[in-house]
Amino acid sequence: MLSLEKLTKTYRTGDQALKAVDLEIPEGQVVALIGPSGAGKSTLIRCINRLVEPTSGKVWLGDIEISSLGATALRQQRRRMGMIFQEYALVERLTVMENVLSGRLGYVGFWKSFLRRYPQSDIDEAFRLLDRVGLLEMADKRADELSGGQRQRVGICRALIQNPALLLVDEPTASLDPKTSRQIMRLICELCAERGLAAIINIHDVALAQMFVQRVIGLQFGEIKFDGPPDGLVPEVLTQIYGEEDWQATIRKVEEEEEAVE
Amino acid sequence: MSDALSLHLGKPWKKPPFIKRAWLRWLIAVGAIVYLVLGIASVEVNWHRVYEGLDRGAAFIASFLTPDFLTRATDIREGITESIVMTVASSVVGILISIPIGLGAARNIAPLPVYMICRGIIALSRSLQEIIVAILLVAIFGFGPLAGFLTLSFATIGFLSKLLAENIESMDRSQAEAIRATGSSWPQWINYGVQPQVMPRLIGLSIYRVDINFRESAILGLVGAGGIGATLNTAFDRYEFDTAAAILIIIIAIVMALEYVSGIIRARVQ
Repeated sequence: MLSLEKLTKTYRTGDQALKAVDLEIPEGQVVALIGPSGAGKSTLIRCINRLVEPTSGKVWLGDIEISSLGATALRQQRRRMGMIFQEYALVERLTVMENVLSGRLGYVGFWKSFLRRYPQSDIDEAFRLLDRVGLLEMADKRADELSGGQRQRVGICRALIQNPALLLVDEPTASLDPKTSRQIMRLICELCAERGLAAIINIHDVALAQMFVQRVIGLQFGEIKFDGPPDGLVPEVLTQIYGEEDWQATIRKVEEEEEAVE
Repeated sequence: MSDALSLHLGKPWKKPPFIKRAWLRWLIAVGAIVYLVLGIASVEVNWHRVYEGLDRGAAFIASFLTPDFLTRATDIREGITESIVMTVASSVVGILISIPIGLGAARNIAPLPVYMICRGIIALSRSLQEIIVAILLVAIFGFGPLAGFLTLSFATIGFLSKLLAENIESMDRSQAEAIRATGSSWPQWINYGVQPQVMPRLIGLSIYRVDINFRESAILGLVGAGGIGATLNTAFDRYEFDTAAAILIIIIAIVMALEYVSGIIRARVQ
């Protein structure tokens, strides 16, 4: 459904963030993207919806080539790619409802959005999503009144109301406590399963990734070093991605945590 | 213990000086003091003239105790009304023009050519002091509040656009990025991603500018650009210090009232 062909990004500073990355993601698959800071994870997902312009290579979403679209066509395709951000990136001085409805901006005209007159179907869907993530009564609160976990759930609603085919998720749990992190990951994966969405999730927490996803991709210096099922992440592989460390602790932590959950 | 560490132990520590070379540091300090002394010495003071002026100053201050609002009441009322009209009109027009220019002058949202043009307009507006603009406009449009209104609008653009642009440049990028990722158009992006972030500052600055425009409108009268300044100037020319005192008291009262109102509004829009 999503395919990247020799995707390359070289920043103006000369840093090569991505080196000819090839990747294929089938419909409905949730993929975790792991790798050390600066490996190019954020750049990779931003090159897909072109918040960052790739230097060369192609991005296909279904049978549309994203990487060569003009401005208007690109905006239409961005609607099919919901994005969830690190630190939530909600517009803090807007209400929760406005933040959720902003996911429909690609579908409604300027004056309707300016006057906040969204179609009834959008409003209903926004309430349905807020109810699904347990924030229905927060609809009229301002976004900066919410806790971290609540904000990220609003961010999830904003991405889903776009009715996307693909979710791009950038460090969704980076500033959350361990329990909330797990709830957010579980919520994202459940919603993907409910709606048959594919997702790419950038994540630092290897153990958390292993718990929830079907496939893990390890990125290092802009190259894919690992691509396989989560239990393929043995210490040798982690050393290859991150460098030398005692990985036994990280991996054992997963098993212990799973026991603790049960 | 390493040698490098033992060099430091038992020795006091001082913050390294800003200027490393000691002779240069001393040269600058001594030079600054010498220049200051010479500078003060070069100001010629005619003590006799100062002594004579004390009387006039005392008369002026004394007249503050007996301000005369009544003798020139009509002139004062007309002057104040004109100043307020100038202030409101120039603030509204200036703010409306400043917003698009401010957007264009923010490097993170405007393309380079637009940025250059808008920055150029701001630089022009800021480099010309109000009085100079007013003299020029009085020469073009003649005496009266039209020149004052145009002067203040022009000055508002330079002030507000620059500060608005700087506020936009320092906004949180991720909030704006998230709105862009939804597939929003450019005006939607500004409305949802940028405007909410800069609105409190824009409102605060606008009120502050209204305040400045009122005070400026009192000065512009001195060069014939209308407003209460003209009345004030006439009062001084006629040595009617009690009327001048009344005008100053009214200006101070209005500025203080504006200050109070702006405080309330700024607290509300956080």
